[in-house]
Amino acid sequence: MRLTGLLVAVCTVLLVGCGESRVDFHGKDITGVMEDLSFTLTSENGNTVSEEIVEDKAVVLFFGYTHCPDFCPMTLTLLAQAMNTLSEQEREQLRVLFVSVDPERDTPALLKEYTAYFGPEVIGLTGDKDQLDDITKRYRTAYGYGDKDEDGNYEVSHGLAMYGFDKSGKVRLLMRNDQPVEQVADDLKALTDL
Amino acid sequence: MWQTLQAALTPYILSPLTVLLCLLAAGGWVLGARRLARQGRAPSVWRTLSFFTGLLLCYAVIHTQFDYYARYMFFMHRIQHLVLHHLGAFLIALANPLPVLAAVAGGRRFPRLARVFAPLRRVLFDPVVATVLFVGLIFFWLWPSVHFEAMLSLRLYEVMNWSMLIDGVIFWLVILDPRDPRQARTSGFGVRFLMLMAALFPQILLGAYITFSEPGLYDIYAICGRAWPLNPATDQVLGGVLTWIPPAMMTILGALVVLRYYLRHEEQRHEEQGD
Repeated sequence: MRLTGLLVAVCTVLLVGCGESRVDFHGKDITGVMEDLSFTLTSENGNTVSEEIVEDKAVVLFFGYTHCPDFCPMTLTLLAQAMNTLSEQEREQLRVLFVSVDPERDTPALLKEYTAYFGPEVIGLTGDKDQLDDITKRYRTAYGYGDKDEDGNYEVSHGLAMYGFDKSGKVRLLMRNDQPVEQVADDLKALTDL
Repeated sequence: MWQTLQAALTPYILSPLTVLLCLLAAGGWVLGARRLARQGRAPSVWRTLSFFTGLLLCYAVIHTQFDYYARYMFFMHRIQHLVLHHLGAFLIALANPLPVLAAVAGGRRFPRLARVFAPLRRVLFDPVVATVLFVGLIFFWLWPSVHFEAMLSLRLYEVMNWSMLIDGVIFWLVILDPRDPRQARTSGFGVRFLMLMAALFPQILLGAYITFSEPGLYDIYAICGRAWPLNPATDQVLGGVLTWIPPAMMTILGALVVLRYYLRHEEQRHEEQGD
């Protein structure tokens, strides 16, 4: 009898978790799997910035580069479409951080021009190798460069995940860019509600 | 040059557990070998070399920059597990490390500890359990959804690697035990052959399955990004082949060692009978 009681207690603790409010995301719930949002990077205006620029906002973090032919524009378009279905109030509580892992080509000015296509909530960031290594390691993602062709163009490998953080900067969600717009919108809304 | 080497040897993510366990294993061997040497039973140079090569290889794939590539490239991850589960574990077990490590205790006996560990050892060293665990763990960690979780969570990743290494060492300890099975009451050589065969075919099947599957079986590498721009299909084929062929070769190598032990013991028996 005592054993049953203990089992129930253990299961309850496991189910409830460590006091985090549970949300049913369409994407993958990664609460507690990674560290809180933290970075030192260069903003679109060329200033060194930290996570304080998105204080009290829900955040979607995504790694890419502006010369990306497919995944980055697709993912940012998906996010922009999802955000368009949200109310203005909800959008105000949300920021998308697009971190370029190609600082050689992605100058702050180019990033500013690029992110402007996808809406005012999208903020472009980049950094030197150490800064980028720091943030990519923190979120278990990697990047690398292919060989340059005759015109100096090269391919960049980067993760396709979108990481969702709640307003306190805690990591909550991992979205893939093959999720339908409605599902992404639901998840963004859920993030802002947390 | 020195800087490059230093950078290559720096762990991607520092793991105190890995450092501690590797130091314990190395220290245990040195201390045990010294004690045995005093009794005139020092392990041979080859055994020492085999043990430290195995240990160093395992350390290198989990606690240097190699680990970075193993986290972000599927085929590099397969090389990592090839070393942990097959090559490194094989070399450690080939060194016959248990008598050396047991010598650390000197003349002291720990009956309570032995009582706890004896049944555990009996179960884990059972030929059927050891084989099922050996093959089962490969399949378990390569199950796409499990693999996804393991590559995302630091803790699970460490559990994955250490479980592969420990399980590999146990399996190869059963296979490569040099004592005469009739005297030491260990698994017979025929049973060990059967174990190797039972482990061989599922690995071949799994390797072939990964090689010939549609690309994207392990999409965690796309989601987390690859260490350099490598075609995902190429990554998967390379990973599949590495799951398929080198482990099969290690199994054959294991069978050859078992055959050698068998012939040696047979020869000894004939000599004894001849006397």
